[in-house]
Amino acid sequence: MSAHLAIVLTAMLGGAIRVSTPFIFVALGETLTEKSGRINLGLEGTLVLGAMLGYATAYETGSPWAGVLAGGLAGVALGALHGLLCSLPRVNDIAVGIALMTLGTGLAFFFGKPFIQPEAPHLPSVPLADWTGDHALAEALRVNPLFFVGIATALAMAWAFRNTRVGLVVRTTGDSAAAALAMGIPVDRVRVLATAAGGFLAGVGGSFLSLSYPGSWNEGLSSGQGLMAVALVIFARWSPIRCVGAALLFGAAGALGPALQSVGVTQGYYLFNAAPYVLTLLIMVGSSSSVDAHRAAPGELSITR
Amino acid sequence: MTDAVGTAAHLTAAPARRGSAAALRLRAASEYVVIPILAVVAASLIFALFLLALGKSPAAFLDLLWIGGFGSAFSWSNTLSRAAPLILTALTVAIPAQLGLTIIGGEGALVLGGFAAAALAVPFVGSGAPAAVVLPLMALAAVAAGGLWIGLAGLLRLKRGVNETISSLLLSYIAIAVTLFFIEGPLRDPASTAKASTLPIGAAYAVGKMPFLKVHWGFAAGVVAAALLGVLMSRTTFGFAARITGGNIRAAQAQGLPVGKLTLACCSLAGAAAGLAGFFEVAAVQGRANASLAAGYGFTGILVSFLARHNPFAILPVAVLFGGLAAAGGLVQRRMGLPDATVLVLQGFIFVVLLASETLYGRFPVFRISGRQGRA
Repeated sequence: MSAHLAIVLTAMLGGAIRVSTPFIFVALGETLTEKSGRINLGLEGTLVLGAMLGYATAYETGSPWAGVLAGGLAGVALGALHGLLCSLPRVNDIAVGIALMTLGTGLAFFFGKPFIQPEAPHLPSVPLADWTGDHALAEALRVNPLFFVGIATALAMAWAFRNTRVGLVVRTTGDSAAAALAMGIPVDRVRVLATAAGGFLAGVGGSFLSLSYPGSWNEGLSSGQGLMAVALVIFARWSPIRCVGAALLFGAAGALGPALQSVGVTQGYYLFNAAPYVLTLLIMVGSSSSVDAHRAAPGELSITR
Repeated sequence: MTDAVGTAAHLTAAPARRGSAAALRLRAASEYVVIPILAVVAASLIFALFLLALGKSPAAFLDLLWIGGFGSAFSWSNTLSRAAPLILTALTVAIPAQLGLTIIGGEGALVLGGFAAAALAVPFVGSGAPAAVVLPLMALAAVAAGGLWIGLAGLLRLKRGVNETISSLLLSYIAIAVTLFFIEGPLRDPASTAKASTLPIGAAYAVGKMPFLKVHWGFAAGVVAAALLGVLMSRTTFGFAARITGGNIRAAQAQGLPVGKLTLACCSLAGAAAGLAGFFEVAAVQGRANASLAAGYGFTGILVSFLARHNPFAILPVAVLFGGLAAAGGLVQRRMGLPDATVLVLQGFIFVVLLASETLYGRFPVFRISGRQGRA
């Protein structure tokens, strides 16, 4: 039994790192967007389109890193579209996000059909635990380099929010558009750029879904990760560092089903698949009305009001 | 807000005589019809360019859309059968929207409703229990399951301030996962190998087709539900209170309106509509509960409701339009060699352009009630 437990825990550790990587990117992208005062619920569509375009580009060019870039650029396009539409007076950011979920998913499925079969090159993985000689552990800790890129991005973002002019501009825009305008900050332009940059990160997260080993492009690739990331950002109280921690927690929840399956517990596989959603919901119940969350929330945000 | 949309269908007849209050009101209301139609036309043009860029003929697409959706008695019955769940899932969005809530979890409520109906029916199969008893029970189970599910999103919003858009979609994923668990596991029909299903509910408990139309009764139920909810929202104190809450929740609270009860009631009604759609999908279309229940009706319903500006009466024609689009999808796929996601792309274009068109309201003087005469 304890051997089984060890296997499950090892599988969950590896799974947590693997599953959390797209969460890290989407959550960081959403944090950037929300810090500027807007919500982009369309990141679910960005994730799917990024996964598809990333895979297609990697297949056509033979370079998985070109795929990562393509996924990011797809995110920039959708993010900029969201940002520009929401700059029009009386256009609601939450509704536009739902529309972009539809459009992004639709475009990905439309253009993705021919890429379901072919094999694109995967991103290389970094063997962290090969030296232990423990096969299971070595297997679990073959970590995708994007995981480290995600953590570096989180650290850089946290530093930039606190210490740079750009960070201050974004935070001011998100806390009070009136104050930002008074300072001469072009509010709409900042928000468009923040949403586009956030889209880039989400698109990179999408490319991870299809380009990390043993992934491939298929239409069931993302089921709500983009949306769960929005909940995760509230839970992480708009802190890039806490986003990483929250993403790891989500990753562990997501890895629970496959980890149990690996030791032969197949009963209730579908129930374990529901675990991340249940966890997200519980986290939202716990964090939505908390005093801390309200204090940390950007003042212009409509989601916590 | 949008209360006059229902009367605005006859906008072309508006002569707009200055001073006639009714004509002026009609002219002002026609804005809510003209702008969405303009948005659909603009999105269709973008989609036409999209097809041209891919070397496909937009004219051929339109032609197939017409043939597959509206060109024959057969295509009409196909269209209306698909419009039925769309009416109901659009109501799932439209009713809470009166309160200013954006619910997008209709898909899960539909699946859960369908599953509840099937799970209730299966033990009765072969027992000889009369359909007149079992069918209402199935519908009740479906309505209760859907109502509880979306009602839960309302409750979380009310008690804990959880954003209902996200929670309803999360609940939707949970509903689908739970349903799949039962369909793949405890309630699986051992004979269903390729596609896991519950045991069939059998011919005894199947819902038949309406006379003349060759469309299952779900369409009639959808029309009745839209009419009832439309009257509830536009002609009763309940609906009035809901719309005040949607307009300004603090004003509603200051007036002593029961905001909490309104939220729970509207969300439960909304989920009940989706659950009812699930009941008809099981009892009239699939004959059992399986993964096909999650066919995307819940998501298309979101677009239908937005396009109808959350007006239950306006949902009817819009749902028929999108039912036709869904019905023609297969034909377009076969004849033009386009993937089945083509319809999804078109829906995405329409949705995006429609929301961008929100910015046009109030910009055209032609819709303004000039002077003050019209207001009395």
